[in-house]
Amino acid sequence: MTVVLSGTEIAGKLREKFPESIIDAKPQFILVKPESLLEIATFLKDAPEYKFNYLTSVTAVDYYDYFEAVYHLTSIDHNHSLVLKTRCAREKPVLPSVVRLWQAADLQEREIYDLLGITFEGHPNLKRIVLWEGFQGHPLRKDYLA
Amino acid sequence: MALKTEPFAVNIGPAHPSTHGVFRMRATLDGEVIVDLEPVFGYLHRGVEKLAEERTYTGFIPLTDRLDYLSSMANNLGYCLAVEKLAGITVPERAMYLRVILAELQRIASHLIAVGAFLNDAGAFMTPILYMIREREKILDLLEMVSGQRLTYNFMRIGGLSQDVPEEFLPALKKFVDEMPRWIEEYEQLLKENEILIARAKGVGILTKETAINIGASGPVLRASGVKWDIRKADPYSGYDRFEFDIPTGETGDSYDRYRVRVEEMRQSVRIIKQAMEQLPAGPVRAQVPHLIRPPAGETYTHIEVPKGELGFYLVSDNSIAPYRLHIRAPSLINLTALREMVLGWKIADAILIFGSIDICMGEVDR
Amino acid sequence: MEVSKPRALVYSEAELDRAEGAVIENLKASAQQPIPDRDKWLDEELKKNVLLTTVDAAINWARRSSLWTTVCFPACCAFEFITTAGSRFDISRFGMEIIRASPRQADLMITAGTLTWKMAPNVKRIYDQMPEPKWVIAMGACAVSGGIFRSSYSVVPGYNRIIPVDVYVPGCPPRPENLLYGIRLLQKKIAKESLMKSSQA
Repeated sequence: MTVVLSGTEIAGKLREKFPESIIDAKPQFILVKPESLLEIATFLKDAPEYKFNYLTSVTAVDYYDYFEAVYHLTSIDHNHSLVLKTRCAREKPVLPSVVRLWQAADLQEREIYDLLGITFEGHPNLKRIVLWEGFQGHPLRKDYLA
Repeated sequence: MALKTEPFAVNIGPAHPSTHGVFRMRATLDGEVIVDLEPVFGYLHRGVEKLAEERTYTGFIPLTDRLDYLSSMANNLGYCLAVEKLAGITVPERAMYLRVILAELQRIASHLIAVGAFLNDAGAFMTPILYMIREREKILDLLEMVSGQRLTYNFMRIGGLSQDVPEEFLPALKKFVDEMPRWIEEYEQLLKENEILIARAKGVGILTKETAINIGASGPVLRASGVKWDIRKADPYSGYDRFEFDIPTGETGDSYDRYRVRVEEMRQSVRIIKQAMEQLPAGPVRAQVPHLIRPPAGETYTHIEVPKGELGFYLVSDNSIAPYRLHIRAPSLINLTALREMVLGWKIADAILIFGSIDICMGEVDR
Repeated sequence: MEVSKPRALVYSEAELDRAEGAVIENLKASAQQPIPDRDKWLDEELKKNVLLTTVDAAINWARRSSLWTTVCFPACCAFEFITTAGSRFDISRFGMEIIRASPRQADLMITAGTLTWKMAPNVKRIYDQMPEPKWVIAMGACAVSGGIFRSSYSVVPGYNRIIPVDVYVPGCPPRPENLLYGIRLLQKKIAKESLMKSSQA
């Protein structure tokens, strides 16, 4: 069975290495600051006891005050998984891109940009993917008027 | 003396005779060799994730059918498992075994199309597809006996199945399962050692192990590259840990390996169905659930192994009758990330074959 | 891990995308009303007595017995069409086993699948490339009216917003027998056409 790692435990260990990067830690997920997302993700990918080499999915949710991006990480060698989250404000939605670490994020981040409007810095090819150029608005937002 | 050539752009347009749906590739060619490729999709984007926010949990099940329309039972199963996990509903035993039987039948049907279309793209014009349709009609008859529909079943419900299987289903299933290995043998014998297929598919479109894990590939694409990762064994759901079956893997990750992995998986599916039929208990097929399901506030990510790969549902609920956010992790979209790398340096005909061997379904890619 | 080999494009992606996007927006703005159906032939049959000449009957028989379809297979209904072309519900007995990839050699378009605004200019282009006489069968609920996806932001509510449709076949997806009945209806419609009328229309 895939062991779902507890967020609180992992956050405890991460706090020693990356102080002041973790905003919240529950058993289901770890919430980190957007500035430190890349370094925490690199650590989680390379450290031998975690080895999260498989990015299962990247998605984003629109809570009315902020956007929240959710990363589901899996390790194929150790067969365990973890959930990372990060938030950004609604007025200026910018987040760092994890494409350099896991190429799986390539098309998924483009889709989040298309449907929700979050810009990912460092993405080599950020443009609309399922809708056409010239489409007004971002449909998956809660205030999108049909 | 070398000829001076100039690269030019060719559009392999959304409507093309290969049966994989509306997928467009803008290719830049130097002579006949592809030097760059830009996939363009979105021609079937129907806004399913947005529609989820205006339908009830049960009312969304028909929409899950149309995601990967060649394996509707499996999509239904994934979605129902996600809602059941969030709402804390236990499924009765008979429903679990029947779900496994239906999902494995669906896997055989989907792999038949994948293999048939792959061989069709390789050049055997209509024969593989006609043979594939012959077998698939038998499976569709069985599924029609159960649910009344041939392609999009809308059969599973939250808490089990919508109704029990009729009495003539199990004898007909037994007859089918006893004959199927012979049909797979005959089907394979047609083209397994064919020189043209081996020349066209062996060594073409190689996906290495590290690349496959890095791009998040799943399903036969990942297993053909040598990674033994199958959700049915790694994270079993719906009683899969009670059955014995193998996971076929390939060595090199070329198109020929992907084709062989799919044929072997069909054999393993027949094995699972036989075991599930023997162990099938009696009992109810649906748990007692309220008519309008309101799961408590929270979120979940549930994944299952569909024929194309790992299908995941990320479901966020806020205790109302409709989901707050439903994200579908589509295996076909993520398997497509490697298309450009696999295709560079080959010719257009090879590009069509490589694309066919990844086996995507546009309903899933675009959602 | 290094992402990918460097790009070697000879065209400008951004310009192409913008041009195509403009075409889609223009088509969407001009397709707000459905196109009315061609010649309401059921009413006319009652109203006037049409005497078909032998030439008409022969030409209509030739046209309806060998309809060649063109490729327009966006979604799920495509697979019901493929099974109709298979050996069990043989469509070849109607002379229709040829599915031509080139629309210039086809005279029937069976639209099997949901139409989105992004795909609409391409479908209109395929339809325009087909030579006269040509017919369209709208197959499936999504083709008739938008189906289960009608309230979505990117779906065209029915093919008759952009091309004129002759026969509507409902179902989701329609069974092969259902599609064959729709083809039979189209054949009856073709049998009633006359050269005189079509030259005036």
